[in-house]
Amino acid sequence: MSVPVDMSIATPRPEATAPAAPAPAALIADGLVRRFGARAAVDGVSLALAPGACLALFGPNGAGKTTLLRMLGGLLKPTSGTVTLAGHRLPGDGAVRRLIGLISHHSMLYAALTARENVRFAAECQGLVEADAATTAALERLQVLDRADTPVRLLSRGLQQRVSIARALVHQPRLVLLDEPYTGLDDVGARALTDALRALRNDGATLVLVTHHLGEGLAFATEAAIMLRGTIVATEAVTAAADDRVSANGLASTQAFAERYRDLVMAGGA
Amino acid sequence: MTIASRPAVRVPGFLADSWRIARKDLLIEFRTRSAFLAAAVFAVLSVAIFRFTWDATAVPAIDLAPPVLWVIFTFSGLLGLNRSFGVELADRAMDAMLASPMSREAVFAGKALANLVFVALVQALTIPAIALFFDLPAGAWWWSVVGVAVLAMIGLTAVGTLFAAVASNTRLAEMLLPMLALPFFVPVVIPAAQATALLLAGRPVSDVASWIKMLVAFDLVFVAACTVAFPYTLDE
Repeated sequence: MSVPVDMSIATPRPEATAPAAPAPAALIADGLVRRFGARAAVDGVSLALAPGACLALFGPNGAGKTTLLRMLGGLLKPTSGTVTLAGHRLPGDGAVRRLIGLISHHSMLYAALTARENVRFAAECQGLVEADAATTAALERLQVLDRADTPVRLLSRGLQQRVSIARALVHQPRLVLLDEPYTGLDDVGARALTDALRALRNDGATLVLVTHHLGEGLAFATEAAIMLRGTIVATEAVTAAADDRVSANGLASTQAFAERYRDLVMAGGA
Repeated sequence: MTIASRPAVRVPGFLADSWRIARKDLLIEFRTRSAFLAAAVFAVLSVAIFRFTWDATAVPAIDLAPPVLWVIFTFSGLLGLNRSFGVELADRAMDAMLASPMSREAVFAGKALANLVFVALVQALTIPAIALFFDLPAGAWWWSVVGVAVLAMIGLTAVGTLFAAVASNTRLAEMLLPMLALPFFVPVVIPAAQATALLLAGRPVSDVASWIKMLVAFDLVFVAACTVAFPYTLDE
């Protein structure tokens, strides 16, 4: 059942700023394996994503999605295999790490600092020249500027998540890794996140989204993949119609994918 | 996509990165005051307990004060070291920091610098408290002892920061840190305590030069070794 898939995604969505010639892959993972003791959390994953591509990665708990995401972000060393971002092997130097943005269901914020201090700290860590302006712009984009000077510990879970997204996107990363980013978000926050990610993708950023929710994942993905027991077992190009959640085509596409996902999970015994 | 297409950035450098992290940690501690209050209460209570169990006719104050001082320094510092990585792991803020362009060595230096300030503040409270409770005579020894304490702090915070990072990834961090760090504190605490005892006894600084050289040597070794080792403690 475990079939490593070499997945090339070179066809961004119609509205994306796609280059005329086939774009060089922005992110290349080659034969990634990560073992924890005898257990392989990720077992031979290869993929290649072009600028403007968005991969939605689905799978049950323990499938290895987060481990794969951490390797793609250079946070976790693979047992074997390599990750190359914009031609530079990760973890790489500061210049290549500056291309990465991380969003997770963990906020990655400091509770005692205000929203502005958290985002500004991230901007300074990225070396942004205009850290103050970038901080304000990021908070405004996520619609939390009015709570910018509130300590994060006093914000609701949803607002914390929005601040966390502002923190991750403040430096306009070219590779955005998202691990269940919609956790805790209300409709306004979810829409703000989707808009921000869509804008980034249209600007040529590459996105990898891990989620359990098919609707969220397929909302702006160009490619969907299903991961089981450390291996990508299926990939599927997402049609443009799925971009609109209320369209009949989008719903049908989501439903068909959901059925396929369920069948694979059941067959895999997960 | 090319790296050159990124927005305007500057490369801050090692010292700027370290200072940014230290400033952030100190701001968090200033806002919460959780670790400092715990360490300060521990230090003052310990001095008081030693004072009221001390039999002045059996042991002169000048003989008892140095070990009391270094026992308190050693254990109060651990309270701050535990907090150092606790704030990073509470909501995985460490991941964002490690994914940023900052070097892991700069992260270590920033953390160690914040811990150094933390321990220095505890010492600034403890030394006068000991002088007061043990009725130590005023004199030039104050500044000499402060100098010895600063030298010892550098080695202690370097080792402590490294092992705090190691312990923070475990479920028993608060128990594991003393077990890991205390054996490595010994080479620093012994010369520091010896030098303090001699200085309190009124001996000139030249008499403690050998202990101070040993302190400096351990500082250099520990700072270098811990800076090199730190990045490996972050690998899962």
